[in-house]
Amino acid sequence: MPRPFVPKVLTANALIEGDVVYLAPDGGWTRHHAQAELIEDEATAALRLLDAEARGHEVVGPYLADAARGPKGPEPVHVRESFRTRGPSNYAHGKQERA
Amino acid sequence: MYRYSEFDEAFVRSRVAQFREQVARRIDGSLTEDEFKPLRLMNGLYLQLHAYMLRVAIPYGTLNGAQMRALADIADRWDKGYGHFTTRQNIQFNWPKLQDVPDMLDALADVGMHAIQTSGNTIRNVTADHFAGAAADEVMDPRPVAELIRQWSTDHPEFQFLPRKFKVAVTGSPADRAVTAAHDIGLRLVLRDGAVGAQVLVGGGLGRTPMIGKVLKDFVPLADLLPYLEAVVAVYNLIGRRDNKYKARIKITVHETGIEEIRAQVEAEFAARKPLFSGADQAALAAIAAQFAPPEFDAAGPGDDAEWRHADPVFRAFVDTNVTAHRHPDYAILTVSLKAHGATPGDCSSAQMRVLAGLAERYAHDELRVSHEQNIVLPHLPRRHLKAVHEALLEAGLATANVGLASDIIACPGMDYCALATARSIPVAQGIALRLEELRVEREVGPLKIKISGCINACGHHHVGHIGILGLDRAGVETYQITLGGDGGPDAAIGERAGPGFAYDEIVPAVERILTAYLALREGPGETFLDAVRRVGLGPFRSALYGEGAGEAQADAA
Repeated sequence: MPRPFVPKVLTANALIEGDVVYLAPDGGWTRHHAQAELIEDEATAALRLLDAEARGHEVVGPYLADAARGPKGPEPVHVRESFRTRGPSNYAHGKQERA
Repeated sequence: MYRYSEFDEAFVRSRVAQFREQVARRIDGSLTEDEFKPLRLMNGLYLQLHAYMLRVAIPYGTLNGAQMRALADIADRWDKGYGHFTTRQNIQFNWPKLQDVPDMLDALADVGMHAIQTSGNTIRNVTADHFAGAAADEVMDPRPVAELIRQWSTDHPEFQFLPRKFKVAVTGSPADRAVTAAHDIGLRLVLRDGAVGAQVLVGGGLGRTPMIGKVLKDFVPLADLLPYLEAVVAVYNLIGRRDNKYKARIKITVHETGIEEIRAQVEAEFAARKPLFSGADQAALAAIAAQFAPPEFDAAGPGDDAEWRHADPVFRAFVDTNVTAHRHPDYAILTVSLKAHGATPGDCSSAQMRVLAGLAERYAHDELRVSHEQNIVLPHLPRRHLKAVHEALLEAGLATANVGLASDIIACPGMDYCALATARSIPVAQGIALRLEELRVEREVGPLKIKISGCINACGHHHVGHIGILGLDRAGVETYQITLGGDGGPDAAIGERAGPGFAYDEIVPAVERILTAYLALREGPGETFLDAVRRVGLGPFRSALYGEGAGEAQADAA
């Protein structure tokens, strides 16, 4: 039995600011995890990653991160990814600064 | 202090100009990230979790007021108004934007600083005893040797693509405040028959395979030091493993090859290279050494700090913990703690940097140091100015009297910033320090080094912490392992794991239980935590951590 596919979002850092970005359903980049496209099958995930890797003039280091469907949109699964949606815990810097 | 020569200045400027072009080509799309990454790393620019990070070298931890002020200006202009001093005597800016970095590097070059080789598989920033040139117990100021190594290793064509990064530390004191045994090469300057030379340690390192450096050669005369170092790095460059990143450091090379075989190869390489050194290195060393001549100590006497100490208990506590004996009786070495209880270890605001710069310029021969313990040092402070300096530090929030105590914690940036981290370090350090302040026990506990790393790479030196804490990811949840009995001093030792890990909300109480157990079992206030661990072993601490009987059970299992 193949393991069930864990849904993903495609994430990276923006080229200029280094800020965390996510691939949105319209193919653009969003800074909000909840606005990301939730990718629910493996083939699409692979395709999105290939596509993102060709957009190196916009983002750095694209990868697929586990995510789950939430009431307001995709939610991070791993603690590391939830930090990336906010910023550091010692100062209100990063995304939480603008929230 | 060393001032850039025309050569240094031209070299650093040309590197900035090159990098400016490289950044422009990255932004306009001519360079891919794969092409650009090694270029940015060569210039200290990382990409972290939330942003880029610029790591600036502070060679052997020495800087002057103008340099500190420039760091403050950079923090304000291109970052978020603070910097983070690291365990390798660097400063990191956590929020630069890619297109601003060349301007930041130019601003550094204006004051004789750079970010070259603070990353990549090169010889990194050379570190040294932060009390160099001031300590009473010193054989020789290690910084001229460190500066010589900086000049030799910077852009050294043979050593730009080593199997892995390479770290060198130098101490001139038997007290070894530079943790030389945890470096790829550790140099301990020693006297033999009236001549200065170096004991050369090789193959130390922390990370996933912690090892204490082995003595490669007991005494290398200063005149042979550079060719000898070159021989060591050349041997490593040839036989170090490139097939596996985790086995690429020289500690693994030494471990797998054997110290005798390495020594034989180094000797052969040294014999071939030594004749190629014309003596220019020795001339350079002499010229550098002249620039590190001690300041002209003023002879105004020690002042009346004894009287002040009597009158003011806050000042007395500050002097007792933060002052170290200077080689000159009228002087003090003052360590300024960047570990206010609840603050981020090693962080310093731009306003605080300016206060420190001003104090150095006004009172302390315009010299500052960054310690690997993430504090700032005024190495040459006349004792009679201690009171005035203390008052200024109080106003700036920099007068915490905890140097060497339990809340003087080393912590890496951890998962709050670092892309490699597996758990947070900073909030754990903050939590422990706040709890210690609440309990008001750290003076009673006495000398204690707690060191925290947020991943196995051990930037927080947890292996050599008296209490070491390692943050790991266990199925997506932060877990913290405790080691006990580590030591970064001259008799360096790797700490022993106490047992199963603790959850994020359990780790501060766990540390508290260790301290309570120590206070109960020590033979008296004269027995430090480390001495007590060495005397009784881990058993009683395991019982304190995991419940009565756990000490014996785990001892049996082992």
